[in-house]
Amino acid sequence: MPFSKEEIAKRAAAEIADGSIVNLGIGLPTLVADHLGPERGVWLQSENGILGMGPFPFEGDEDPQVINAGKQTVTILPGGSTFDSALSFAMIRGGHVDLSILGAMQVGANGDLANWSIPGGRTMGIGGAMDLAAGSKRILVLTSHVTKEGEPKLVHRCDYPLTAPGVVERVITELGVFDCAGEAFRLVELAPGVSLDEVRAKTGAPVEGSSQGAREDRSSSLGKR
Amino acid sequence: MSAKVRASVAEALEGLFDGARVMVGGFGLCGNAEALIAGVLATGAKELTLVSNNAGSLGKGLATWLEAGIIRRVECTYLGTNEHLHRAMAAGTIEIEVMPQGTFVERMRAAGAGIPAFFTPTGLGTVVAEGKEVREFEGRAYVLERALHADFALIRAHRADPFGNLRFYRTARNFSPIMATAAKTTIVECDELVALGAFDPDDVHLPGAFVQRVVHVPVHEDVIEYRTVRPRPTEAPS
Repeated sequence: MPFSKEEIAKRAAAEIADGSIVNLGIGLPTLVADHLGPERGVWLQSENGILGMGPFPFEGDEDPQVINAGKQTVTILPGGSTFDSALSFAMIRGGHVDLSILGAMQVGANGDLANWSIPGGRTMGIGGAMDLAAGSKRILVLTSHVTKEGEPKLVHRCDYPLTAPGVVERVITELGVFDCAGEAFRLVELAPGVSLDEVRAKTGAPVEGSSQGAREDRSSSLGKR
Repeated sequence: MSAKVRASVAEALEGLFDGARVMVGGFGLCGNAEALIAGVLATGAKELTLVSNNAGSLGKGLATWLEAGIIRRVECTYLGTNEHLHRAMAAGTIEIEVMPQGTFVERMRAAGAGIPAFFTPTGLGTVVAEGKEVREFEGRAYVLERALHADFALIRAHRADPFGNLRFYRTARNFSPIMATAAKTTIVECDELVALGAFDPDDVHLPGAFVQRVVHVPVHEDVIEYRTVRPRPTEAPS
């Protein structure tokens, strides 16, 4: 069975170092918060001006002036802070955010990220995506492996307008975990029951590695953590 | 009454002119100066350039300006589900410049701080950098961006005193204090108007030097765009 959305989020949570400062993009990345217990000591940053963002409020406790960058009502944890947008983007652009977990429309094997505009489609705007992509210390992408039409989203080079070039380190999809290796994607981990042949058929760039190697990589990388 | 405190929204908006560049604070509908936004429609000012992160949502806030046709140009970062803006953009009835959010706010910060331009890593290698100077510093390339000024800033503050010292509340702060520095005339709509001396000096978020007019508006609609909650845990019977 390929990873469910929840499993993708859980797998992404395992990528986060305890105590780090993390920005979660709109959509699938938002689910990662559910897999970060308080013992992890992770501080979530929201680019509209929160460090130490908490879960959704209990029914009846929602405050229209406490929202995340997706304009959803949220809470602020003990030790959290609120600030203006200039300071928020100083935090992001200045390299004070350890990891951003973003969605994607296309990811290039060279780490190029396209997640704000589809040619001929409706443009939602840029928002904080380009600053997060250019400024975060590390970029992890969570996305479906293919589009609704079945087109690969992991491609050799993006043909959609870029958000930032050469920034994505790792991609997690329902089929597995992949690193951007330049001319190819390197398999880190296969989702249970998914074959490398299926991954290769659904990826618009070469995929290096073997399913056996990927399992070994996974145990060694988990051992380091 | 201080020279800055105005008795009504109409008085606070005096002098707004056709073709003005107007910054409006708020992240979507959060932290909007609701009474000033409504008040601008009543002034009859038109051909405005709107500088704001989202330009309204759900038909509310600045979407009312789009609907009334008083905007000539929008400088923003995100359109999202703003149908009025998508329609106006598709119809070509307004000019629109979309930029990265960090660049948007830094351009205003620069304007307010007397800095005409700056280099940023954001947008390098994308359409945002097209036609702009790129320069290398310590081995990394950066894009030149210019300061963003305005004639007016319309912002919401939680508390203001008669000198225009301001405090903001939670994420309603967002772009507002930066816009206040970048505009010739900053007009503040405050939830509470407090006496001079009521603020501890260390608790002022934005000093009154950046504020020209204050109007007290105690009641706001404060629309929630996406109400997200979790169920309250039921208490175990004792």
